[in-house]
Amino acid sequence: MSTDSLAGLTMPAGPAKRPFLEVKDLTVRFNTDDGVVKAVSGSSFAVERGKTLGIVGESGSGKSVTSLAVLGLHRTRSNATVAGEIWLDDKELVTASDEEVRKLRGGKMAMIFQDPLSAMHPYYTVGAQIVEAYRVHHKVSKKEARVRAIDMLARVGIPQPEKRFNEYGHQFSGGMRQRAMIAMALVNDPKLLIADEPTTALDVTVQAQILDLIRDLQEEFGSAVIMITHDLGVVAELADDVLVMYGGKVIERGPAADVFHEPQHPYTWGLLGSMPRLDRELRERLTPVKGSPPSLINLPSGCAFHPRCPYAGRNGDRSFTESPELRGGVHAVACHLPAEDRQKIYEQEVAPNL
Amino acid sequence: MLSYLIRRIVNAVITLLVVTMVTFGIFFAVPTITGSDPALLYIGKTADPASLEGIRTKLGLDDPIPVQYGKFLKGLVAGRDYANGADVTHCDAPCLGYSFKTEQEVTPLLISDIPVTLSLAIGAAILWVLFGVATGVLSALKRGTFLDRAAMTGALAGVSLPIYFTGQLALLIFIHELGWLPDAAYTPFLEDPAGWFTGLILPWVTLAFLFAATYARLTRANMLETLGEDYIRTARSKGLPERTVIGKHGLRAVLTPLVTVFGLDFGTLLAGAILTEQVFNLRGLGYQALTAIRQNDLPVILGVTLIAAIFIVVINLIVDLLYSVIDPRVRLG
Ligand SMILES: Nc1ncnc2c1ncn2[C@@H]1O[C@H](COP(=O)(O)OP(=O)(O)O)[C@@H](O)[C@H]1O
Ligand code: SF4
Ligand SMILES: [Mg+2]
Repeated sequence: MSTDSLAGLTMPAGPAKRPFLEVKDLTVRFNTDDGVVKAVSGSSFAVERGKTLGIVGESGSGKSVTSLAVLGLHRTRSNATVAGEIWLDDKELVTASDEEVRKLRGGKMAMIFQDPLSAMHPYYTVGAQIVEAYRVHHKVSKKEARVRAIDMLARVGIPQPEKRFNEYGHQFSGGMRQRAMIAMALVNDPKLLIADEPTTALDVTVQAQILDLIRDLQEEFGSAVIMITHDLGVVAELADDVLVMYGGKVIERGPAADVFHEPQHPYTWGLLGSMPRLDRELRERLTPVKGSPPSLINLPSGCAFHPRCPYAGRNGDRSFTESPELRGGVHAVACHLPAEDRQKIYEQEVAPNL
Repeated sequence: MLSYLIRRIVNAVITLLVVTMVTFGIFFAVPTITGSDPALLYIGKTADPASLEGIRTKLGLDDPIPVQYGKFLKGLVAGRDYANGADVTHCDAPCLGYSFKTEQEVTPLLISDIPVTLSLAIGAAILWVLFGVATGVLSALKRGTFLDRAAMTGALAGVSLPIYFTGQLALLIFIHELGWLPDAAYTPFLEDPAGWFTGLILPWVTLAFLFAATYARLTRANMLETLGEDYIRTARSKGLPERTVIGKHGLRAVLTPLVTVFGLDFGTLLAGAILTEQVFNLRGLGYQALTAIRQNDLPVILGVTLIAAIFIVVINLIVDLLYSVIDPRVRLG
């Protein structure tokens, strides 16, 4: 199997049909006064309809930038450059025109953001914002759109939807607000839904409800979902596949069960170590791996994780000079340690402490 | 909402009452206390003691100050009679007394001036809001380009050049040199709308330039900030065309705080109007005020001050109410 094969992630290998969403070698750079921010470098992944891909990683690892790139939302930033390929339902989006991407945005692909309060316009009612979202993609009267919006509010579990239709975002509780955002994102039956830390701003009980809601709606609509989070508990519960990001790169990728039960990358070990037990529901924020995340302007040489990696010296100076590539088949990892060594370290040093 | 409305209106009325007290205090009581005699101002230095005494009685200048203030208020609300024995003069409400100089009633004098100043102020306000906001939005969208820098340099000039200078310059170029426009003059709108327009266009532009500059800078800054907001990203993620994102979601957020600023600027606008009327020789309230100040014509000064105060208080009331309509967080909070 070739090293950059993605199809194996959710489908059998081979020259089969393209996955519903396939991202290849995605690279996003921002020109800033301080230098070039290498926000995402050579990231590749795929999601099928009805499946969920979890993206985990510390804050600043490039998760949001990745999802905004899929939606083409860096196009309005004059300082951003996006390279690579993004295939959605056999259409390439990086080279598509602004207008083509705009028409997909909110229609075939939609997004739920982290902080629903700031993500809603303060001067328009929740209903008006949902109606607007529906009418961009459907030629219907305001009345019809209103019926649809109220129906969506009811579907996401908001009581008294007719009344709440006329209220403003700030009049909703955090959980209800996120439900309304979900209603807005789903109003056009998107085939790809990206949820960027949808529960981070919410308290624990509400988090569970929102995640259940997203799962139920996904089953109902059969959408592909990308669930971005730094909460591994969420990924364990929802995701079919997992992408672990560090310093703007994918450092481990594979089916959720594999990544959780046979994690390969030292950074993933660290992440898992911050979960007391794999089989216990954990919704607290990750206690970060020792050390701080790298600067994306001056990435460390070699493996970006080496300043924090306890095993960095085990390969001569390869970890300090050579950037490891993401290798492997269905379950891929970017680390210079030979597979056998990793296996041994994991079994002897890491697993007993998890 | 209703109680908010009532509270605001009561506030406005109280403010106006305080304004009458302060202006009355300054313009009537102070000369009395300092011993300069308003009756003398009224009738002229050559008057004999008897007629001076008559005037004093008639104007009520011998009454204690609170009584005078009471009569003044009553005159405003219900009109009043100035009486000296059988010699009675009635002054209709709202009575602002008689000009020391022309001996005419102040109220009709000022009322005839209001359309001039109002035309000037409203026309200038429309111009400056349109041009200021448009320039600001364009500048923000074309940030860092030549257009942006040119607009902001122009705005800097607008903020820093005094009306006397820009006004005289405009007068010189467009009226005297090029002859494109007739002399600035006020023609009532109903009489001759075209004349009203051409007569006021230069004063409008002069007055608007000053404010448009401020608004352009403000709009630009607000727009740049707004474009970084999460809800703009949400608007884009819905697939809205860029012109809707900017023209609807962006502008709505940019204009809302501008409404408050606009209310505050109306006070400054009056000051600007005085200067503009002077430069262009327009017979409005500002012109009247300057003349009255030069001639020490206290009742006229008091009248203009009061009208200006009413103007400002009413505009602020409207702005407050408007703001509570356009910002739901104020309305419901
Ligand atoms: N518009 C931008 N201009 C410059 N840098 C940006 C921009 N957007 C994101 N970044 C940077 O890219 C990096 C990755 O950010 P992000 O994808 O938001 O991280 P996260 O994984 O927490 O979602 C961060 O260092 C952030 O500062
Ligand atoms: S490549 Fe080296 S530094 Fe990077 S994770 Fe592997 S062992 Fe650690
Ligand atoms: Mg993020």
